[in-house]
Amino acid sequence: MIAEYVNIAMKAIFIENILLSLFLGMCSFLACSKKIDTAFGLGLAVVFVLTVTAPVNWLINHFLLRDGALAWAGAWGATVDLSFLQFICYIAVIAAMVQLVEMVLDKFFPPLYTALGIFLPLIAVNCAILGTSLQMGTKGYDFGETCVYGLSSGIGWALAIVGMASIRTKLQYSNLPAGLRGLGVTMIITGLMAIGFMTFIGIKL
Amino acid sequence: MKFLHDLFQKNEHMFLKGGKLEKFYPLYEAQESFLFTPKNVTNTRVHVRDSLDSKRLMSMVIVALVPCILYGAYNVGLQMAKAAGDPTDNIAGLFGSGFLQILPIIIVSYAAGGVWEVLFAVLRRHEINEGFLVTGILFPLTCPPDIPLWQVAVGISFGVVIGKEIFGGTGMNVLNPALTARAFLYFSYPQQISGDLVWVAVDGYSAATPLSAAAATATGASTTEALAGAGYSMSNMFWGAIPGSIGETSAFACLIGAVILIACGVGSWRIMASTLGGAAVTAALLQAFAGPDALGMLSMTPWEHLVAGGLMFGAVFMATDPVSAARTTTGQWVYGFLIGFITILIRTWNPAYPEGVMLAILFMNIFAPLIDHQVVQANVKRRLSRAT
Repeated sequence: MIAEYVNIAMKAIFIENILLSLFLGMCSFLACSKKIDTAFGLGLAVVFVLTVTAPVNWLINHFLLRDGALAWAGAWGATVDLSFLQFICYIAVIAAMVQLVEMVLDKFFPPLYTALGIFLPLIAVNCAILGTSLQMGTKGYDFGETCVYGLSSGIGWALAIVGMASIRTKLQYSNLPAGLRGLGVTMIITGLMAIGFMTFIGIKL
Repeated sequence: MKFLHDLFQKNEHMFLKGGKLEKFYPLYEAQESFLFTPKNVTNTRVHVRDSLDSKRLMSMVIVALVPCILYGAYNVGLQMAKAAGDPTDNIAGLFGSGFLQILPIIIVSYAAGGVWEVLFAVLRRHEINEGFLVTGILFPLTCPPDIPLWQVAVGISFGVVIGKEIFGGTGMNVLNPALTARAFLYFSYPQQISGDLVWVAVDGYSAATPLSAAAATATGASTTEALAGAGYSMSNMFWGAIPGSIGETSAFACLIGAVILIACGVGSWRIMASTLGGAAVTAALLQAFAGPDALGMLSMTPWEHLVAGGLMFGAVFMATDPVSAARTTTGQWVYGFLIGFITILIRTWNPAYPEGVMLAILFMNIFAPLIDHQVVQANVKRRLSRAT
């Protein structure tokens, strides 16, 4: 049981890092990785949103949406398939969670709120979040596994963006070619980081 | 020497601003500072007085690499003779045939990488740094002896351009350029850089390296026996008369290099110690906790891990790269320890890669700036709390 959870966590953080191996959630990764503090804040926000949305979405899918999920309501429920509503329900949950995070940050951490700017509400459409919710379905995780999976893919994402932010902080002192400054070199570093993360591909715990 | 010096003096004006060959000043400057002491001296206030400039620092690394290069040449020849069934008692002859095998690799590496280095220096008007001389020799030493030459050229080009020059040249790169080149080849052309066919420069001759022999250990069996079965013992892995990448086989030659680097203050002894220590501690723990029916690889002893494969070479020459490694003292301990830890993890659990040093170092290169940042922030916090 525990070994299974550790296995899923290691897989989501290192082996199939949602950013550096699946390349989901690139937009905020590229835009908010200039400073370590901002990156860390955004990373935490994503960890929180993922930890909450993945299990909630799992419950919604399991008890309401998937084929035959409504069997608990009576015999008629076994014939209903609402899975075409998956995307819109997932996004609604995610958007609600992001609103919550936004209000909390606005109230208690105003500097971080201003630093993140538009990218905070944009977490709602961050493909890493929706991607995690969809992946848990295709991977066939049960409830406990989904909780672990959501948390650890958030940690994997946060690790990648904080690592990128520290590299970009170091690059401030570098004499980059003019055409590569900003996004150009960030893309290349993302590729190099992905090579680094290929270290773990193939590990089976 | 006088003649050369006069030649440089006489032609300098052509390379200076307004001269006919102004564009090629970096080439002129590189040749001149390679042969003579640089003549421009600091004329504002001096902050640090040290005879160790980056030119000398890099030159010392090459000096430290000499034992590895010489032994590598001998060993390549020895393995070729063994594979062909020839007598192996003529040391000079073995050295000669091995040297002829690795010389083209080194030449191609320097030539192809050098072209990029000069091109960038000319276009971006920076100096050609001696750091390239180190990258250009480190990379071939990590390659198998019968690697195709075009791959050497492609690899070193990727390493120099993507690994270093686009970040602005020496001192600004994030990953170690030589390792970037090696990893690029490793993932692009795995056939020619891994497996059992590449380690001896004789076509079609298959020889398992110690690590792939150990990785093949059956569940519950001991790696020591598996290694002995493949003809490996502690002593030949330590002295290095085994198949492997050109420069990495001899732990002894790497240790000589380590002594030179530490004595000259070029390489960080903390990184070397913590990398090897981290690997040894991890291996010892895994060995202690492995049950009787665990993976065979778990029974590999720490000292076997230390002398097998490229761990020693990586710890001494790659992990200590002053640009891509962590710079703070505490950070260096953490950085090195994690390299050792991840190396053993990959060797033990990742069936895809028998060796893990290269990837472990690359992975930690990525996080070295983060480690440094944390150490610095912790220091700031501690001092602030003392001040108030």
